[in-house]
Amino acid sequence: MPTDVERWKSETYGNEIREHLLEFAEQGWESIPEDERDAWFERFKWWGLYHQRAGQESYFMMRIGTPNGVLEPGQLHVVADIADEYARGPAENPEFGAAYCDWTTRQSIQLHWIRLEDVPEIFERLEANGLSTQQACGDSWRNVVGCPVAGKDRHEFVDALPVAMDLHETFKGNDDHTNLPRKWKVSVTGCREGCGQGDINDLAFEPAEKDGRRGFNVRVGGGLARNEPRLARDIDVFVEPDAVEAVAGGLSALFREYGDREDRYAARSKFLVDEWGADEVRRVLQAEFVDRELETAGEDLREEYTYNAGRVGSGTDDRPAGGHDDHPADGHGDRPAGGHNDHVGVHEQADGNYYVGVNVLVGRMGVEDVRELADLAAEYGSGEVRLTQRQNVLVTDVPESELDALLAEPLLEDYSPDPNPFMRGSIACTGTEFCSLSIVETKNRQVRYARWLAENVDLPADVSEFHVHLSGCTASCAQPQIADVSLRGMKTRKDGEPVEALDIGLGGGLGADPRFAEWVEQRVPADEVPGAIATLIDRFRERREDGEGFRAFIERTESEGDLETLIEPSETSYEDPYMHNTKTTWYPYADEDGMDASPAPARADGTPLAGDD
Amino acid sequence: MALSVRTLDDGAWVSVADERRTGASELWRVTGVCGCPIAEFVVEGVTDVAVDGRTVAAETYGRCITCGRSTTTGPIPVGRVLEGRYEPIDRNAVRRPVGASSTV
Ligand code: HEM
Ligand code: SF4
Repeated sequence: MPTDVERWKSETYGNEIREHLLEFAEQGWESIPEDERDAWFERFKWWGLYHQRAGQESYFMMRIGTPNGVLEPGQLHVVADIADEYARGPAENPEFGAAYCDWTTRQSIQLHWIRLEDVPEIFERLEANGLSTQQACGDSWRNVVGCPVAGKDRHEFVDALPVAMDLHETFKGNDDHTNLPRKWKVSVTGCREGCGQGDINDLAFEPAEKDGRRGFNVRVGGGLARNEPRLARDIDVFVEPDAVEAVAGGLSALFREYGDREDRYAARSKFLVDEWGADEVRRVLQAEFVDRELETAGEDLREEYTYNAGRVGSGTDDRPAGGHDDHPADGHGDRPAGGHNDHVGVHEQADGNYYVGVNVLVGRMGVEDVRELADLAAEYGSGEVRLTQRQNVLVTDVPESELDALLAEPLLEDYSPDPNPFMRGSIACTGTEFCSLSIVETKNRQVRYARWLAENVDLPADVSEFHVHLSGCTASCAQPQIADVSLRGMKTRKDGEPVEALDIGLGGGLGADPRFAEWVEQRVPADEVPGAIATLIDRFRERREDGEGFRAFIERTESEGDLETLIEPSETSYEDPYMHNTKTTWYPYADEDGMDASPAPARADGTPLAGDD
Repeated sequence: MALSVRTLDDGAWVSVADERRTGASELWRVTGVCGCPIAEFVVEGVTDVAVDGRTVAAETYGRCITCGRSTTTGPIPVGRVLEGRYEPIDRNAVRRPVGASSTV
């Protein structure tokens, strides 16, 4: 029997949702018939609107899809203005204030507390400036991700930006690919470092060479959610840039026709690839979905990948007279010898200008800071900014002569291009603040973790990067499985009371030899996690071999059967204000946080509607 | 009149008559899902929901925080339909999966 979601989708889905959405917005929240709410909220996702969790009824999260993370000159100002005007809820966040923007792990933007009634105006302003929420959520082509410096990277192997942009143009609003069995996440990488994180996407194009021609190898069926992480599988296909669209469309159509529509838990492409195997995916693609003869895979660059690859020592500054030089003379040809593990820091572009990657702790910025950043980008660069998959922002196109002045700006003290490793390595998902699936508070907690770790824990001097990713549940939006330390929401009892807790995993990452974290300790009370990380780092320092990186250390410790000895939860000077089951509040940081105190659902002006019982 | 019951937001909720009634992150006391006499079960997601007679029961996945066992479950009662209205089960009630061998 088809699921309700499939039934709703078969009735109305895709572009046509828009006119209904705008009509409901015109008439107000209450105009959505009560017995159609589930259906409409499901459909609204396709237009980037996701109903917030219990206690926040009538408020929406809005996602804006920025392909490849690129915000063209002027667009960041528009986003800041919209957030300032429309993303203000009935209560403030103690770390970030009343209005803020989230940069996400898929190079998109999330705003919260959006009122349905404001959507027409928001859409108008977004679209007048080349931005859109189309397909930002829902069962379709999601935001296309990629190397955030595509087209600018000095060492780029093939320019992936036109390819990513073409996929975006072709498959957004495309009726043939509107209604897929489940979300479809696509990544295009053209750099030598692997920054597109293709391995964890449904469809990945990764740089490769065949008979002297540069293009991409194709992988299918990656994803992290629900305790079933999969790396995308090599289907032995090479495509030149101009053939990417045909092959991507073929694979999307294959997923549309053969993906599971009976069971949403088995619907992601990773399960189809599990069932069929990569050979069969290739065979069916060739037989039914593409006209041209598929070429076998070319030679890839995966051995060179450095992004989130757990190597020791990579640079934050490659100015001519900068700190450490990450492209020593022995780099062969156009290859970087050091390579980036992320994009924080000052880096030279192919055109001789620079990009400055600033660290945004857990990906959230208050609107005043967003506006200031947009100003700086316009003043010192071209006005363009780009979002990374580590929730950070790059100011691009800065001439060398402007660098010092930009780096001296006060805003860059808070959003540093050379941050403490724990600040730099932190990623957190949405969590109980807004998300229905969440089990624990995430962003504000990770802010506190990072600050405490930065103050109290020193990494070995040669380790400049350390990734801690916190996800509130197994959906894995913060990509915990590919971090040095993976944190995932759970609960436990402490002193008899149920409290928020985290599972701790170790040693995940991408690169030539990608590896998902090993879950080592379960249900650690959230206030004992910083202590556990502190002892972990001590033991790493004591037991590592000369120059051994953290991931290598974890692999060796695991092979010796000693992983459990690395984690020892303990209370420290760290204090956690969010131990008390934040999901049972209407908003975890409100003075009166009980469900009974919730002002939702509310009218367009924010005044509460009477509940039905 | 039949009440519509379904899962919502990819397993975050049990929706009854288009209202979110119970969902992910709740802590339930359940028998027969692990070795514990009564599991303290964190619901991580709801995979299916159905009405059986008067009982609304949800299939879930989650974990017992006493013993640590992660598991998927058969239908576990979440509420009852009384005179066409939905009554959620008391949060602290001990729940027994529907179809479990012995009766309460
Ligand atoms: C209201 C908040 C959110 C909700 C309800 C939500 C929902 C979900 C769900 C249901 C999944 C599991 C997908 C599956 O089963 O296949 C998922 C996975 C994921 N989401 Fe979110 N999400 C939210 C926020 C975010 C944010 C802030 C990001 C950052 C961009 C994000 C990015 C991802 C990623 C990267 C994955 C996992 C990787 C994968 O399986 O492909 N989500 N999310
Ligand atoms: S990982 Fe879970 S808690 Fe965090 S945003 Fe995603 S769905 Fe929500």
